[in-house]
Amino acid sequence: MISTLSTTRIRAVVGKEIRDYRRNRFIATTMAIMPILFMIAPIVTIFSLPADVASQKLDAAIGVSVLYLTLIPALVPAVVASYTIVGEREQGTLEPVLTTPLTREELLLGKALAAFLPTLVISYAMYGIFLACAGLFAHPNVSDDIFQAGRILAQVLFTPLLAAWSIWAGIAISTRASDVRVAQQLSTLVSLPPLAVTALMGFGVITPSLRLALILGLALLAIDVAAGRFVAKLFDRERLLTGVKA
Amino acid sequence: MNTQSSAGPALVVDRLTKRFGERTAFSEVSFAVDYGEVFGFLGPNGAGKTTTVRTLGTLIAPSSGTASVAGLPLNAANGVAIRGRIAVMPESPGLYLRLSVAENLTYFAGLYDLADRRERIARALKAVGLEHRADDLCRSLSKGLKQRVGLARALLSDPQVLFLDEPTSGLDPVAAREVHELIDGLRRRGVTIFLTTHRLAEAERLCDRVGIMNTTLRTIGRPDELRDRLFAKSIEVRTREPLADPDRVLAGLPGCEGWRRNEDGAYVLSVTDPDAAAPAAARAVLAAGADLLALTPTRHSLEDVYLQMIDTDVEAEQR
Ligand SMILES: Nc1ncnc2c1ncn2[C@@H]1O[C@H](COP(=O)(O)OP(=O)(O)O)[C@@H](O)[C@H]1O
Ligand SMILES: [Mg+2]
Repeated sequence: MISTLSTTRIRAVVGKEIRDYRRNRFIATTMAIMPILFMIAPIVTIFSLPADVASQKLDAAIGVSVLYLTLIPALVPAVVASYTIVGEREQGTLEPVLTTPLTREELLLGKALAAFLPTLVISYAMYGIFLACAGLFAHPNVSDDIFQAGRILAQVLFTPLLAAWSIWAGIAISTRASDVRVAQQLSTLVSLPPLAVTALMGFGVITPSLRLALILGLALLAIDVAAGRFVAKLFDRERLLTGVKA
Repeated sequence: MNTQSSAGPALVVDRLTKRFGERTAFSEVSFAVDYGEVFGFLGPNGAGKTTTVRTLGTLIAPSSGTASVAGLPLNAANGVAIRGRIAVMPESPGLYLRLSVAENLTYFAGLYDLADRRERIARALKAVGLEHRADDLCRSLSKGLKQRVGLARALLSDPQVLFLDEPTSGLDPVAAREVHELIDGLRRRGVTIFLTTHRLAEAERLCDRVGIMNTTLRTIGRPDELRDRLFAKSIEVRTREPLADPDRVLAGLPGCEGWRRNEDGAYVLSVTDPDAAAPAAARAVLAAGADLLALTPTRHSLEDVYLQMIDTDVEAEQR
């Protein structure tokens, strides 16, 4: 089945989705404002830390900052992905698409990528800005903590994995939902649980280390793959169109 | 123009049925459509036309029966291949309103994996007379223009079979006329079209053959054939008093197939040959000693017959 995937068709879906999102006021605003909000808060936090902060307090403050930053890859794609199917159904644009040779796997992959790629760019960009600010302006005590290899690896690794989870969950909800608003609220909720892992690490409840980051990363990856499979099963052409199980 | 990968008809449908739970959308439908033909599916709202198009377009699976579409057996494994050979214009065009006309077509050209996209898009736009509106956002188009964009989209891939589901529903007469002219143009180019409509006049004007449909297929034929077949020929015989033994008087008259009494008390004879039946009926009534008040040939319009034909409630009959 995988061998018959057409990259042309997937690319067509990605291109159209991104073009459409850019002109969708709600989605475009969310994608622009949400990441900036979640980046400003951590930057303010690290600047307000005094040089002689107790290490306990430092860890907590940086934990909050990291949590804010991981909200970006969790929440941004949830908003986009939850819109994707129910939004098309509401506009009546799904039926003509389903009459073309496009397969459901191609449609799903295209839609997932269209949410995934901008999320990665935005999330890494925000993290980069945060690191740059920390390196340039924060007190060395603070920046040393931020620049721990374990922390950086965790952020780099978890960003795509959290995004993938949110996207599959968002699409799954979108496939079943009858209303855009409900789909977006549900997806936002469902995108949050994996953040528990990054929160625990961020707050130092589990010590961030390369090993731990890798193990948790693998676990998230396994969950993402399973979620992707599950979504493909949910996605029955007839149900999408008519809301009735074949 | 079309590369037909297999000989034989464009569509063969054999006892095809689709049920949604308890509800039957269409039942035991059989017909065939040749390449180059414009075939009309005529029926009222809820007749099962859209569901038939969706089934043949591999969007939903039939409950029973078989079909072949553009030379391929209709089954799940052939879905992608069938959809590559056909195009469907659904009841509502479903354009991306935030995208321009050209962007909508570009998307679909990609979905059909077409090689020479630019030329094909230009050709499709020209075919529907929208070459100057390519950069307009679809949001800004009138209903009629949207329908034409939908048609352009369906033409992009040069389909072997083109499905048009109620292409003029909701259009004003001028816009509907424009769509009719476009379809006429396609017909002259030899495009195979399966068209659904609830408008008798549209089916008559555009189609080589018409099937009349209301859950089941009631009849099928060329419009002129149907007209002859459907034009019920009858003679109304009015007498002052009811006939004592109408069967003896009216049955077996030459050129006459049967009789019934209508609400007004007149006798309505179904006739095959009015010229033979009318004088014979007059003589028979007089010979029976009745006073003949009037003897009039009646003609039903095609519309009356159409309405009568679709009137039977199939689900009630099945109970
Ligand atoms: N998804 C569906 N679920 C249940 N019933 C449906 C569905 N789609 C169509 N129907 C029913 O099938 C019948 C035929 O509908 P349709 O094919 O849309 O008719 P038409 O296009 O001729 O107006 C109707 O009674 C309709 O209510
Ligand atoms: Mg319909």
